[in-house]
Amino acid sequence: MSSFPLLTVTAVVPAVGAIATAAVPAARRTAAKWLALAFSLATLVLAGVIAARFTPGGARYQLSESHAWIADFGVRYELGVDGIAVVLIGLTALLVPFVMLAGWHDADVLEEHRPNRNWRPTQGFFALILLVEAMVVIAFESTDVFLFYIFFEAMLIPMYFLIGGFGDRAGAHSEDEQAKQRSYAAVKFLLYNLLGGLIMLAAVIGLYVVTAHQLGHGTFSLPQILQARAAGQLHMSTTAERWIFLGFFFAFAVKAPLWPLHTWLPNAMGEATAPVAVLITAVVDKVGTFAMLRYCLQLFPNASNWATPVILVLSLISIVYGALLAVGQRDIKRLVAYASISHFGFIILGIFAMTSQGQSGAALYMVNHGVSTAAWLLVAGFLISRRGSRLITDFGGVQKVAPLLAGTFLVGSLAILSLPGLGPFVSEFLVLVGTFTRYPVLGVIATFAIVLAALYVLVLYQRTMTGPVKAGIESMKDLRLRELVVAGPLIALLIFLGVYPKPVTNYINPAVKDTLSDVHKTDPAPQINAVAKETAK
Amino acid sequence: MTTATAASIHSLWTTLADSTPGAAGASTSTLFPAPKIEYAQLSPVLIVFGVAILGVLVEAFLPRRTRYTAQLGLSVVGLAAAFAAVVALAADGYASTKSHIAAMGAVAVDGPALFLQGTILLVALVAAFTFAERRLDPAAHGSRVDSFAAQGSAVPGSDQEKAAVKAGFTTTEVFPLLLFAVGGMLVFPAANDLLTLFVSLEVFSLPLYLLCALARRHRLMSQESAVKYFLLGAFSSAVLLFGVALLYGYAGTVSYGGIADVVNGSAKLTPALANSTATDALLLIGGAMVVVGLLFKVAAVPFHMWTPDVYQGAPTPVTGFMAAATKVAAFGALLRLLYVVLPGLRWDWRPVMWGVAILTMVIGAIVAVTQTDVKRLLAYSSIAHAGFILAGVVAVSPDGVSSVLFYLGAYSFVTLGAFAVVTLVRDAGGEATHLSRWAGLGRRSPLVAAVFAVYLLAFAGIPLTSGFAGKFAVFKAAAEGGALPLVIIGVISSAIAAFFYIRVIVLMFFSEPRPGGPSVAIPSPLTSGAIGLGVAVTLVLGVAPQYFLDLASKADVFVR
Repeated sequence: MSSFPLLTVTAVVPAVGAIATAAVPAARRTAAKWLALAFSLATLVLAGVIAARFTPGGARYQLSESHAWIADFGVRYELGVDGIAVVLIGLTALLVPFVMLAGWHDADVLEEHRPNRNWRPTQGFFALILLVEAMVVIAFESTDVFLFYIFFEAMLIPMYFLIGGFGDRAGAHSEDEQAKQRSYAAVKFLLYNLLGGLIMLAAVIGLYVVTAHQLGHGTFSLPQILQARAAGQLHMSTTAERWIFLGFFFAFAVKAPLWPLHTWLPNAMGEATAPVAVLITAVVDKVGTFAMLRYCLQLFPNASNWATPVILVLSLISIVYGALLAVGQRDIKRLVAYASISHFGFIILGIFAMTSQGQSGAALYMVNHGVSTAAWLLVAGFLISRRGSRLITDFGGVQKVAPLLAGTFLVGSLAILSLPGLGPFVSEFLVLVGTFTRYPVLGVIATFAIVLAALYVLVLYQRTMTGPVKAGIESMKDLRLRELVVAGPLIALLIFLGVYPKPVTNYINPAVKDTLSDVHKTDPAPQINAVAKETAK
Repeated sequence: MTTATAASIHSLWTTLADSTPGAAGASTSTLFPAPKIEYAQLSPVLIVFGVAILGVLVEAFLPRRTRYTAQLGLSVVGLAAAFAAVVALAADGYASTKSHIAAMGAVAVDGPALFLQGTILLVALVAAFTFAERRLDPAAHGSRVDSFAAQGSAVPGSDQEKAAVKAGFTTTEVFPLLLFAVGGMLVFPAANDLLTLFVSLEVFSLPLYLLCALARRHRLMSQESAVKYFLLGAFSSAVLLFGVALLYGYAGTVSYGGIADVVNGSAKLTPALANSTATDALLLIGGAMVVVGLLFKVAAVPFHMWTPDVYQGAPTPVTGFMAAATKVAAFGALLRLLYVVLPGLRWDWRPVMWGVAILTMVIGAIVAVTQTDVKRLLAYSSIAHAGFILAGVVAVSPDGVSSVLFYLGAYSFVTLGAFAVVTLVRDAGGEATHLSRWAGLGRRSPLVAAVFAVYLLAFAGIPLTSGFAGKFAVFKAAAEGGALPLVIIGVISSAIAAFFYIRVIVLMFFSEPRPGGPSVAIPSPLTSGAIGLGVAVTLVLGVAPQYFLDLASKADVFVR
């Protein structure tokens, strides 16, 4: 049983599902939807099995698999999960079924004009979602830098088709203009991320050259490199380490996204349908922050410490800038995108504060941000598709017409502004405390962003849900059963994570401890301030 | 003394000239030694040339209606037999332990030569399928037609041409022409002296000039492209030949090994030249001119001007064949020249090749951005790819050689397949190559568009395609050879290049189909096979490249 390749299977199941879904005949498109949903649920079960078989606090990488792959490049097919990877695989597997349910009818518009007999947009939509899931899962699982890189890059392609092919129909006025904006967003998404990825490719090659020179054989295996460094066989020169670190960090900063490399996200999230936007921000972008934690810090501890001041400032700018721009948005989905940029700033701040609370908080933040954004944005998507518009000014008084919709939207909104009792509060608090213990000034500035968050969230709610019922809203229908099935469990999960986050932190904390010891950091000792000292005397 | 030097460096070409002076005492039988030819080791080349000549006889003696079948059958069997001969030679150890120089120093039989010959033969086999495609164009006067002119000699638009079309003529001569070109290409990367290099260059270039002129549609454009190709090709041949003469003047021999010995100082210069002070100039100028001749064939900047026009005007199956096979052959010859003849001059040519590689990558990628014609776009993309391959060439290491070999193999199948797809998208005027005509292709024929997208992603070097494995291999070799700046410029121009590949994908999938747009012809199994094979190779080399990398790294040592 121990040789059962659980991690491989977890990634292969959605990939097989993608092929199976794509192969469903054009006429049976409802069957294709159910098939895709079944595969995503099977993946969720497998993710649960991974979590159950993983021993928190045990070996650093568990359930490992290792096979030769491309010996010439020193590449191995190596998988293994630490606690953070387990949690993020769980998040991915959990969100994808909701994304599918929420996007149940997203491809129907394209079914109207059938250019030929083999036209199968529904099958394509669901197959692409499963393909993204498979690639994200294997990116979280891999412990070989090259293997990770391959899927980090490859996932752009299905994502690109999801954004460009199945755009939101509620944006611009004319069909033509919509198509133009959509393909602009898709191309911008792809080019930004491809550029980041290609810069990373140069760094990956650099890493190979360094290991090949010093170990005699080039390797990309994370455990091997860490072991060699611990044994003193591998010592990167300061310059080499910094350059390679920058190459990696650039790619992850584009993906995450960090200011000033963020500009693709509002376009992509604005033009994609709400479920696809959730897939981008809640699932795919997590690979960027996850990779900072796993690759940047572990492979290049000295360079990470060297770059920390700049990165902290950039993440602080992200937090404040994202929140400020969110306040000024007129388009609901772009507002969510800027809010996400602000939240990614928090995650990166937590990672590079280099304290155990900060990093635990950041890892937990990834989960909470995923769930809360999914809840918020998917409900917003229901709202947008009902009215056929993304403009805030087109809404008003929805809570009188569709109370369930307004209620679930409110809970999602409150989660985004980190109301105590809901999941995001715990992680945001941890990040702020973790930052404050080492960098009090940064912690204080970041705290102000919470006020801005309250502003953009509540103003959005007030303008869309309260007040007099606007024209075009009167006949708005409340949430259907399918939509309740999406919103209900996500809200329940937010409350659960807010009240009892221990099951998740159990997985995260040991992994964070390992990472911190890699970067030679310990938590700052608690300080008793001068006044307290005086009184003690 | 003179005779000893001459004897040690004589070759198939210089035997007579070298053995005349100072050999007064020798009998005539030693003056004219019978050339020693290793027929078995040259069998791939001989088979191809033999079949080509048979093809000419078929043209002369068989009735017109049976020629097509006979020619296609003959070409396929001949190319397959030659490929089998290459495999047999490689299996026999000629790629590694038994590699040596055959035909009195004229032709090398070694790893790189056999690897490239195998690649060229496979490419030619697939190209022969696309040459033979007869279902794309509507039948003219009841007979099926291919991409080639009814009668090459008929003036476009003349009565003679109309009569030829009406009579259902087809130019089945393209098959022997293809085979002659292939024969020359087989020798080109294996050539081990400068004259063999030149002769094989001409042998494969002349049939290509002809093939370029033979398009059925847009005949004037096709002829224009052939003239351009011929004039510039002849010019570059002249430059190459001049370089050969200068190198001979420098070293007193045309054999690669002989020149290398003189460059390294392990063999003496000819006494007449040893006292002259101009020898280094002869070497540098001669070497540079030969390299320029080869860079012209690989379409490296600044010798790339012919590429877009020729690629656009030539019949698309010919373009695909040219883009794939010529590049393979010419890079093989360039590698051998730089690694066998001029390694002693490494410090002189490396900086220059750095510059050429950078220019080629950057200009190829940037100029491609503004293209509006699919064939021109692919032409500029092939220029950018030549730049990436040059990055592997300047690595000057066995890894560099094997990475270039791998890249060539991977690239040639992608490019062949991509041009085969171009032949499918047609309207009333033949192939619809203007990019705006491709709008919405993904809606109308998802499969063809998806296949083309796979090729474009491979060109762009997206992971899990052969393009990525190849790019990684050459960049890795370059970085290990200390050319990290080249790698960084390489990835940046890859990003620029990605832009225009993606633009085509956007056009195909995210634009609404225009009314009256082109239709996608249903090809015969010949073209489908070529395209399918291309996709299969692209994905296999992308996901599991190890076997082929092994093959390439076993074949990375040049014989001397």
